[in-house]
Amino acid sequence: MDPVDGEISASMLTARAKLARTREGSPPFVLDVSVEVPPGITILFGPSGAGKSTLLDCIAGLARPDEGRIVTGEEVLFDSQAGINYPPQVRRIAYVFQTLALFPHMSAEQNVSYGLNGLPPDERAARVEVILKAFRVDKLRTQKPAEISGGERQRIALARSLVTQPRVLLLDEPLTGLDAELKASIVEDLRAWNAALRIPILYVTHAREEVDALGKRVIAMDNGSVLSTGTPLEVLEAPRHRRLAQAAGFENLLSGTVVDLRVADGVMRVRLEESRCEIEVPLGYAAAGDRVRVAIRAGDILLATSQPHGLSARNVIEGKIVAMEPRGTLVRARVDCGVEFIVHVTPGAVRTLELADGSRVWLVLKTHSCHLVEE
Amino acid sequence: MDALLLSLRLALYVSAILLAGGLPLAYWLAYSNWRGKFLLEAVVALPLVLPPTVLGFYVLVAMGPRGPLGKFWQTFFGHGLAFTFAGLVLASVLYSLPFAVQPLIASFESVDRKLLDASAVLGAGRLRTFWRVILPLSIPGIVTALVLSFAHTMGEFGVVLMVGGNLAGVTRTVSIDIYDHVQSLEYAEANRMALVLLAISFAVLSVVYAVNRQVGRQIGRRLWTPWTAK
Repeated sequence: MDPVDGEISASMLTARAKLARTREGSPPFVLDVSVEVPPGITILFGPSGAGKSTLLDCIAGLARPDEGRIVTGEEVLFDSQAGINYPPQVRRIAYVFQTLALFPHMSAEQNVSYGLNGLPPDERAARVEVILKAFRVDKLRTQKPAEISGGERQRIALARSLVTQPRVLLLDEPLTGLDAELKASIVEDLRAWNAALRIPILYVTHAREEVDALGKRVIAMDNGSVLSTGTPLEVLEAPRHRRLAQAAGFENLLSGTVVDLRVADGVMRVRLEESRCEIEVPLGYAAAGDRVRVAIRAGDILLATSQPHGLSARNVIEGKIVAMEPRGTLVRARVDCGVEFIVHVTPGAVRTLELADGSRVWLVLKTHSCHLVEE
Repeated sequence: MDALLLSLRLALYVSAILLAGGLPLAYWLAYSNWRGKFLLEAVVALPLVLPPTVLGFYVLVAMGPRGPLGKFWQTFFGHGLAFTFAGLVLASVLYSLPFAVQPLIASFESVDRKLLDASAVLGAGRLRTFWRVILPLSIPGIVTALVLSFAHTMGEFGVVLMVGGNLAGVTRTVSIDIYDHVQSLEYAEANRMALVLLAISFAVLSVVYAVNRQVGRQIGRRLWTPWTAK
């Protein structure tokens, strides 16, 4: 880490929050999490309804946990036991909402300087100037939000939040609806701005590709609790929970029964539900006879038109293509092997192999492409 | 023309008082989580359904020499409240209350809550959020409230008759004047006054629609008039 100049120093955000919510017509929702957010970007990943926004609301002070403790650096913002609950106005936690919530009746410049109330006018103007330039929106200062394009609105919302020199930045899916290139350039500007400040940034998303683009650190949430924390590789390449696997883009989620364990090889055999199909998967906490779920990415499955030999891959399953669905730059093949697999192939492969409905094929699966997941 | 000037003066006073009092009342009704709020909402809406004579009757009794308002007024100003201009203003404020408060509540409620949250996390207290965010985004509702209370006061009859009586220059408003003329079979006179009232009402409503359209476009928000409200 680079040495930090000035008064703002790197400080960790720690939040522990319990919050029960009952809403009519839906099952009661309980948030019960404990997270640590170091300086830099941390991704908060999970399917919608996981409680990500509720956690952000608790940190910002817009929602009050029934129980918990929220601390940035040395500063206690909320502590249910000590009876501390600072209002959002004094927490100095910046929050960019999914809708951005730019004030529609104010110009970009007025929006950005809104949080600098109380500063002398010349300092206010200077700080607005600097941040508008840093986020490349200095040409739009007199425009109203309705007159500005989507990506630029997002830049202005970021500038408005960061100009107040917050202790923490919370981002609730701020870049949804932007194309990848625009997203990357905004994230780059955000990173550059934060290089000197080193504040913790908690970035909420349910989009898998944003995790890959952004994160060194991921916190995965579902049903109001934290499922796992780590690098994107640790958390999302081998998801340990079914809903997380779904959210992380594992197209194949199959139920099965453990047949036997081969501890010395570090593998076990699983018979997939209602079929004679058996596959070899990495050893997990299970015993013979246990019901398990296996998650496999559609893109991790190879497809062959004749029975392959001499492969290191341990799982070769025979099946028949029942449907081919073009999906942009790839084709989604549904293959019936007693259970249905979804396999992604390129249009080129479809032509070369002359794949069609009814084609006889063999699926090839590496043992380590099969991930055991919990409910 | 005395009657017209008196009506205009009355309507101006009433609109001004209703705006000053209606803003905090509407703010509270729009944002409070108090469980008994519906009671106050019902009280505010009461003049919409109550016959003006009923409202006028109770206001008159309260203003009478033995009523609480009358006694209070007597102590402080040395004369009664009934059949005076001040009494008329008070009665009209009550009578037009829903016409000012309901458009204000509707426009406060339609301000996106996320904007209020954004204002709070940017450090703004409730008062600053009100002045800088809620109020500017509620301009159509404020114009509607002003214009409706003005127009409604201009045209009221029953309450004025009960509380103010018919004293030339003091409580004889346009609508009372028109009634007088018709009673005395002076149809030409009645028609003249009625036409003026009709013209004013039309002008006022045109202003509401024009302002709503203009401001609504500028701030990109749904328009509010009592006729487009659900």
